[in-house]
This record gives sequence, structure tokens and C-alpha cells, in this order.
Amino acid sequence: MLDTAPAVRRPPGRRPSGRGRPRRRPRIGPYLLIAPTVVVIAVLMFWPMIQIAIMSFQKVGNRQLRGEPAESVGTENFDTILKDPLFWAAFRHTVLFAVVAVTLTMLIGTLVGLLLNKLGKRMSSFVSGGVMVAWATPPVTAAIIFSWLFGSTGGLVNWFLDKLPDALVGGGWNDYNWFSTPLSTYTVLTVCVVWQACPFVAVSVLAGLKSVPRELYEAARVDGSGPWRTFWSLTYPMLKPIFLVVLVMSIIWDFKVFTQLFIMSGMANRDAFNLSLYGYSEAFGALNPKLGMGSAIAAVLTLILLVVTALYVRVMVRQGETR
Amino acid sequence: MSQATLKARRPARGRPAARKRARRIGLNGLGLLVFVLAVFPVFWMASTAFKPNSEIFSTTPKPLPAHPTLAHFDFVLNGGIAQVSFWTYFRNSLVLALITVVVSSLLALLAATAVARFRFRFRTTFLIMLLVVQMVPLESLVIPLFLDLKRLDMLNTLPGLAVVYIGFAVPFAIWMLRGFVAAVPKELEEAAAIDGAGPVRTFFTVMLPLVAPGLVATSIFSFITAWNEFIFAFTFLDDQDKYTLPIMLQFFFGRSSTAWGPIMAASTLLTIPVIAFFLLVQRRMVSGLTAGAVKG
Repeated sequence: MLDTAPAVRRPPGRRPSGRGRPRRRPRIGPYLLIAPTVVVIAVLMFWPMIQIAIMSFQKVGNRQLRGEPAESVGTENFDTILKDPLFWAAFRHTVLFAVVAVTLTMLIGTLVGLLLNKLGKRMSSFVSGGVMVAWATPPVTAAIIFSWLFGSTGGLVNWFLDKLPDALVGGGWNDYNWFSTPLSTYTVLTVCVVWQACPFVAVSVLAGLKSVPRELYEAARVDGSGPWRTFWSLTYPMLKPIFLVVLVMSIIWDFKVFTQLFIMSGMANRDAFNLSLYGYSEAFGALNPKLGMGSAIAAVLTLILLVVTALYVRVMVRQGETR
Repeated sequence: MSQATLKARRPARGRPAARKRARRIGLNGLGLLVFVLAVFPVFWMASTAFKPNSEIFSTTPKPLPAHPTLAHFDFVLNGGIAQVSFWTYFRNSLVLALITVVVSSLLALLAATAVARFRFRFRTTFLIMLLVVQMVPLESLVIPLFLDLKRLDMLNTLPGLAVVYIGFAVPFAIWMLRGFVAAVPKELEEAAAIDGAGPVRTFFTVMLPLVAPGLVATSIFSFITAWNEFIFAFTFLDDQDKYTLPIMLQFFFGRSSTAWGPIMAASTLLTIPVIAFFLLVQRRMVSGLTAGAVKG
């Protein structure tokens, strides 16, 4: 099985034996090897996605949960959510949060990556070890830690802001409740998510920088190029593939952020919903679950992300990742 | 490299040694700042967990506990949280993570071998499928999977949840593992074949020992996926004695949201194993995620 097939990347003519090209006959081996995975992915991912599409045109509620067949309602679910101001608020929160969080993550992550590259070897691995801690923290814990840091009683951030001169940050921070308005809730969420996501960008950028030949930087220096110009005309073009992958992944992660917002703000706080949380609360939140409605919202979110995914797949195929 | 050679290389811009040292110190200072900012929230969690209540709610917070106490850990570990012992949650999380690791590593090893060793029709399709699947917003699959498991009577069971986790862990595990399989020299397998070893024996005596490090890295990744997962466990599990650690933490936090001492102690217990594992495999993690993008 393993020992007779032509190896990947080996040109067919270069087999060590003198038999020339191996006979081409259909092999069942590789298909058997991927079969379990294909089944798992089909059952757990593709079939549910089809179900979302179907259910978004159906009414699925308590009666269906008891076993009655779902009724088709045409585009009623979509009509309802598109008229719901809550949907548009959630949509706005999702997009704005993604734009701000992705921008900050990319910016800070890249700067940290550049810094790690400039540091000495020991210092660099010390700092990147620390940065990894932020990445490794489970999302649930991260959300709880930041709820504590921004807490209204005993929270460190309020204490700090209160100590700063009033002229700078204003007064009355002592028992400020960060989770009372959507804007302040999303501020905390942004800090929390960016803190966790930066390390991935930083370490990816660092890995990319390590692969750029040193001579290019020396040549740039000899030609009198400053750091700003070196970054945009040397580092950026060399790292463009990495930036693209990291950017697409950040967009997808930040678009569908759920756990952190769920912990910090919860399902009762409808003003601060994003699309994930809105869909989830329609489906599971109330005594009267509306799984069809939840599916319609999930379908909207998935469609948006599929566009981003298409971009990602294009980048990966171009880079020869699927070879 | 001495100053002289530097000067020789770029005669126009020889930098005085003092300025260079200042730059070095500045960079290291920045590095330290980044380190502190990255670690601080986790440090604050652990530090709070050891503080007595009077220090937690003090008007002048101190970075380290003045009178460290194990009371909060004692409260968490000895059944203070929701009648069920902490070790039940711990066992649930561990069992789930281990099932996920074993099954997904096995599936990934088979598929990675196919992808790295064979050229076959639909190979590219399969790889693209893996990429797409990694990008699917899992949060939106929770509705149909909830209904499917309900139909199968597997809601509120750990095996039902494990099946879902396996599906989530496998695509990335294959993506990561295929590089390790491809790196095993083909000649070794051929030599084994010449010596009369069949495919199965070749696999166990040649392939498996050589991809073992890769397998460890992928396993740890799958472990973390299952260990950290929140939304599916939260939706599927009803009985308290089936909760996993993240659900226990959320439940406790939702009930007594200002009992910061025990909450931080529980958070610390949940977080420490993940951080330890993560630091072990950090390099491979990155190369798995951005695989090949480095090639440029």
C-alpha cells in the first residue's frame, strides 16, 4: 500500500527501478485512507450547513422539537429579521467590531513581530513565550479575566483611571459599569480579543521575517533606505502572502466571535448583540425557541464568511498550498 | 562582529557605540513592556486567586497577595461550586479531550498519509475542502447539530459531544500532520519493503516512529480544541454532573459574579494545563497554521 505508489512531488520518470513508468491503474488505497475523514466532515459540517439552508425557510419551534414535521414558511424568516431593528444593530456591531479589532490586531501584531525580530535571541524567545500565554488562554477564562479587570467593584482598570488626573480622563470612574452600554461593552471585548489574537499575528510575522534573506536588508541599508521605506518596499512585499492569510483568519475569527461576548454581556443584554449571539438567542434563548429564525441569521453570517473563505482559498491555492 | 568590520562594510554610516547601546536598551525595554502586557491578565488572575477577600476588594490593589491563602482553591476543589465535585467536571473535560485526541489523530494520520504519499483524483478537492471547513463558522452549526443529536438521542451525553469535537479537530490535524508525513524519506519505506516487510509492518516500524513528534503536536492541538470548547458543550449538556470545566466556570460566574476569589481560582485550574501544553508546541502550531505561507 505505502510502498508501491509513486511519491508525491517525484517526477514519474525518476523511479529507482528500471521498470520505467509505473503502470497507471486505479488505486483504492488513498480513497480508503481519506474515507473516514470525508464521512466525518460530510456528516458534521456539510450536512448541517445544508440543514441551515433548509431550516432558514422553515418554522422550527417547540412543536417541531416534539417531533412534528417542520412547516415551510417561504422567506418569512428573512423578511422578519430584515425588518427587525435588532438585526441591523447586531449587524452593525458585528461589522464595526470586526473592522476595529482586525485593524488593531494586525497593527499591534505586526509591530510586535518586527520587535521580536530585532531583539537578541534569548530576549526574543523570552518575550514570545510571554506573548504565547495570551494566545493559549482559553476564551472563557479570557472573558472572565477581562470582566474582572474592568469590573465595577474592585476592578483594576477603574481604580487606575480614577488615579489618573481628572483633566485627562474625566472623573467618576470609581464605580463605572463597563457593561452598561454597547459601546463600552465592545471596548472591553475589543481589548480582550485583540490581546488574544495579536500573538498569532506577531509570531506569524516573525516566522516570515526569519525567511527573508539578510542580504536584502543589507542591500537596502547600503542604498540608504530608512526603516519606513524598508518596511513598505522590502518587508511588506516579501511577507504579503503571510499578511493575507493572517488577515483573512482574523476577519473570520472576529466576525463570528461568540464565547467572549456571551460571557461578558450575556443573552439578556439584547442591545449589545452581534450576529452570532442574536442568532443563538433566537434559537435557544427564550421559552419559545425559534430555530428556523436562528438558522436564517446563521445563514446570513455564513454567507458573509463564505465570501472571505473564497478569498482565503484563492490565496492558498495560488501559494501552492494544495499541491 | 567588531566595530571595524561594520565600518568597513558601510563606511558612510558608522554609528557611535553609545547610540547603538541606547538603541539596544530601548528595544529590550520595549520587549519587556510587551511581555508584561501579554502576561499581565493571566498573572492578575493567578494573583487574585491567592488573595484573601479583604485584599481582592481593597481600595489600593497590590500586585501580589500580602497574605496568600489557599482558601479559594479549597472552596473550588472541595465541592463549593454547585454541589458537584470539581473533579467530576475535570474528569468530563479530560475524557472528552482524550476521546477527541485519539480518534482525530487516527483519522488525521490515515488521511495525511493519503495526501502526502499518493497522487489521486480529487486530492486537490480534498485539500480545498479541508481549508474551507476550517473557515466555517462553527457557532452557526450549533442549531442543526443540536437537532441531529436530539433525533439520535445523544444530547446531554459526552459521546455525542465528542463526535462533534472530532469533526472540528480533524481538518486542522490533517493539515498539520501532512507536512510531517511528507518529511519521512520515501527510501526508508522502500528499504523496508525490499527487506520483506508488508505495508502494515512498514507503517508500524518505519512510519509511526518517525511521525511521532508530529502526532504529539497535533494531539496537543486537538486536546486544546476540546478542552476550551464552550458553545456546543453549553448547548448540548443539561445535567450538572455532565458539565465540562468551561461550562462549570461560566455557570459559577453567572451565579455569583462577584465572588472573584473562587472564580479566579477555578479559572487558574482551567488555564494552567492549556498554557503548559501550548508552550510545548508553540512553534509547530504556527507553522501548521500558516503552513508554507512562509515560502513566499
